[in-house]
Amino acid sequence: MDLDPVTLARIQFAANISFHILFPTITIALGWVLLGFKLAYRRSGDEKWMEAYRFWVKVFALSFAMGVVSGITMSFQFGTNWPGFMETVGNVAGPLLAYEVITAFFLEAVFIGIMLFGTRRVPNWLHTLATFLVAVGTTMSAFWILALNSWMHTPDGFELRDGVVHATDWLAIIFNPSFPYRLTHMLLASGLTVAFLIAGLSAFRWLLGERTAALRATLRVGLTMAAVLIPIQIFVGDLHGLNTLEHQPQKVAAMEGNWETRSGVPLLLFALPDEEARENRFEIGIPYGASLILKHDPQGVVPGLNDFVGEHPPVAPVFFAFRVMVGVGLLMLAVSWAGVWLTRRGREPHPWLLRGLVGMTFSGWIATLAGWYVTEIGRQPWLVDGVLRTADAVSSVAAPIIAGSLTLYLAVYGLLLAAYVGVLLHLARKAARGEGLGPSPDPAGRLTTVPAE
Amino acid sequence: MLTLFGDPTVWLPIVFAGLMGLSILIYVVLDGYDLGVGLLSAVATPEEKDRMIASIGPFWDANETWLVLAVGLLLVAFPIAHGQILSTLYIPVVLMLVGLILRGVSFEFRAKVRVEQKRLWNRSFFAGSLMTSLAQGYMLGLYVMGLEQTLGTLAFAGLTAICLSAGYGFIGACWLIWRTEGELQRKAVAWAQRLLLLVVLGIFAVSLATPLVSPRIFDKWFSVPEILLLAPLPLVSGLTVAGLWWGLRRMPARRDAFCWAPFAAAMGLFLLAFAGLAYSFYPYVVPERLTIYEAASAPESLLIILIGTLFVLPVILGYSILSYWIFRGKARALTYD
Repeated sequence: MDLDPVTLARIQFAANISFHILFPTITIALGWVLLGFKLAYRRSGDEKWMEAYRFWVKVFALSFAMGVVSGITMSFQFGTNWPGFMETVGNVAGPLLAYEVITAFFLEAVFIGIMLFGTRRVPNWLHTLATFLVAVGTTMSAFWILALNSWMHTPDGFELRDGVVHATDWLAIIFNPSFPYRLTHMLLASGLTVAFLIAGLSAFRWLLGERTAALRATLRVGLTMAAVLIPIQIFVGDLHGLNTLEHQPQKVAAMEGNWETRSGVPLLLFALPDEEARENRFEIGIPYGASLILKHDPQGVVPGLNDFVGEHPPVAPVFFAFRVMVGVGLLMLAVSWAGVWLTRRGREPHPWLLRGLVGMTFSGWIATLAGWYVTEIGRQPWLVDGVLRTADAVSSVAAPIIAGSLTLYLAVYGLLLAAYVGVLLHLARKAARGEGLGPSPDPAGRLTTVPAE
Repeated sequence: MLTLFGDPTVWLPIVFAGLMGLSILIYVVLDGYDLGVGLLSAVATPEEKDRMIASIGPFWDANETWLVLAVGLLLVAFPIAHGQILSTLYIPVVLMLVGLILRGVSFEFRAKVRVEQKRLWNRSFFAGSLMTSLAQGYMLGLYVMGLEQTLGTLAFAGLTAICLSAGYGFIGACWLIWRTEGELQRKAVAWAQRLLLLVVLGIFAVSLATPLVSPRIFDKWFSVPEILLLAPLPLVSGLTVAGLWWGLRRMPARRDAFCWAPFAAAMGLFLLAFAGLAYSFYPYVVPERLTIYEAASAPESLLIILIGTLFVLPVILGYSILSYWIFRGKARALTYD
């Protein structure tokens, strides 16, 4: 791979957005979970829910800050590295991004202040409302950005005038063909990421010897969430795949590693796709599997890459990323169902289950990233499918300068990621020692306070 | 609706330039004070640092969102200008973003890590604030110089980098005079007095350089009757500076009277400086190269953003005011309470 400006700009954008997406993936669902903890406390009066809230609100605050600052970087990247994107499709992308800022960013940014620091200053209902509005904000943000991203995969509701996209039908633009599937798939991915994060950190605290009621509750919440969401996710993922087959068959051909359009295509469990020879090596597959999944017929004809020579994405990264995502998903199914079964009716979790959960703490991140790589690399060579090629949108910034900025970003992201995981483990250890979870001294005598540290 | 106010290719770009200008102004004032607090944290004791950061904790996130809105408006309303400006300013933009990342996460990390590591995150909080302020001042300088990069313009950008940082430090100190008490408040008064000198120097430098760089801007200011109509701008600025100079020497007053006044005056000063710049550069969005009319997006796309903005902006202002009202008064210890 030669490091021309296009490749470098793509790596930089990929690095920025990969780092960024880790944190919204947590905050989107964790906001709702926190609201759930608050409401559970109000309904039951059981202090364990406030203890759970106090621990997880710290994780939320940290993740939220990471998401905000890495998100600001994104808003500048369009101009610094991809000016051709806005010049060609700005009439569609602009309003969608603007609506994200005005309906989501301000909402969450203002109410996170009240949610984090306001309990003692506002009535409880207003604090609960602030928690609700922060969750609404993160979800709205996902709505708009996924509308734009989906439109880049399945553009609709526009016309080209002098090579520039002009909007003709906003409802068709927002609710473009792949949007409902992609949004649902991403929201569920967020739910699963949070479920395994909660289960994983709770298991970690358990292994350190903590046995509080709050810990039992959160372990159970994480496992149940995971066990309920994962089958839905597999079902929705299948629908999303069928939608992709309809609109971007070349992406599905790359996901399946299918070089020839034919019937009775096997489902490949493993292979080494060879882009030069346009064939796979070391294939291991289930006969008729791909035809069965994609066409619900063992003799179904599955489109192959031969129909898209020169117009299809690089095969190997899409092929492998897809297998990583599906593999992690199946592992999630096995672990979460086993976990729910093994902890049924208040049984003590087996140490091996706990170790497995600790190992899967960040499994949601891996599956989410792999899924995004499938869909984004799978769209290449297009930036906006059929409208704008990635290579035509790049800026004229020289390769060495991009290489410099990329190095700087990677260094900062590497450090921050290490610090983030370190702090999560530190918070978990502190909680396991019984520090920092009790209410801080409150002159008003209420029990809902917790210091920021 | 498109033609309700005349030709939409004329009024929509003006409206959006206005909205963008408003966002930049709000950003510079709001994130200005919290960046300034970050700069001043370098010369504060550990306990003072906690109190200073507590004073901006509930606000910084929303403050930064105004930058996203400003850049977003540039991006969506004037996409060609967004590309030209940001690819010219590539390096300072990257440094600013890394600075914003560092300071944003330091808020959280410094409060959550082991005590030994807290100092490290305090330092990165300062370093991030400094990188951001310097980079923004540098970009302002280059923009004033018409985005030309010669030895002279780079030196000028270096000067504005220092002066804008001083400006942020100044408004940050004024914020602390308003929001803190005791020894820290007295310190903030001293900081504000010293930084005011650099602020005046910066405003002078930009005010002199802008018309000298561009004959067009020179004519806009120094012909009759413009010079008479514009005279209040520098006069009011001068009076504000004089008032600050006089008032700061009497701070903190008995029973903390007028503790909010320096911050209000600093906001006024920022507003006046901004108004001067906006007048100079209108109608250009890329200085001397691209006007807002040439750079604007398609009217139908701008209109749909405008409709949304008109509905949502009052709501945003409303809950922002609610937030400032909830967290009114002197800063208390920062707790998730």
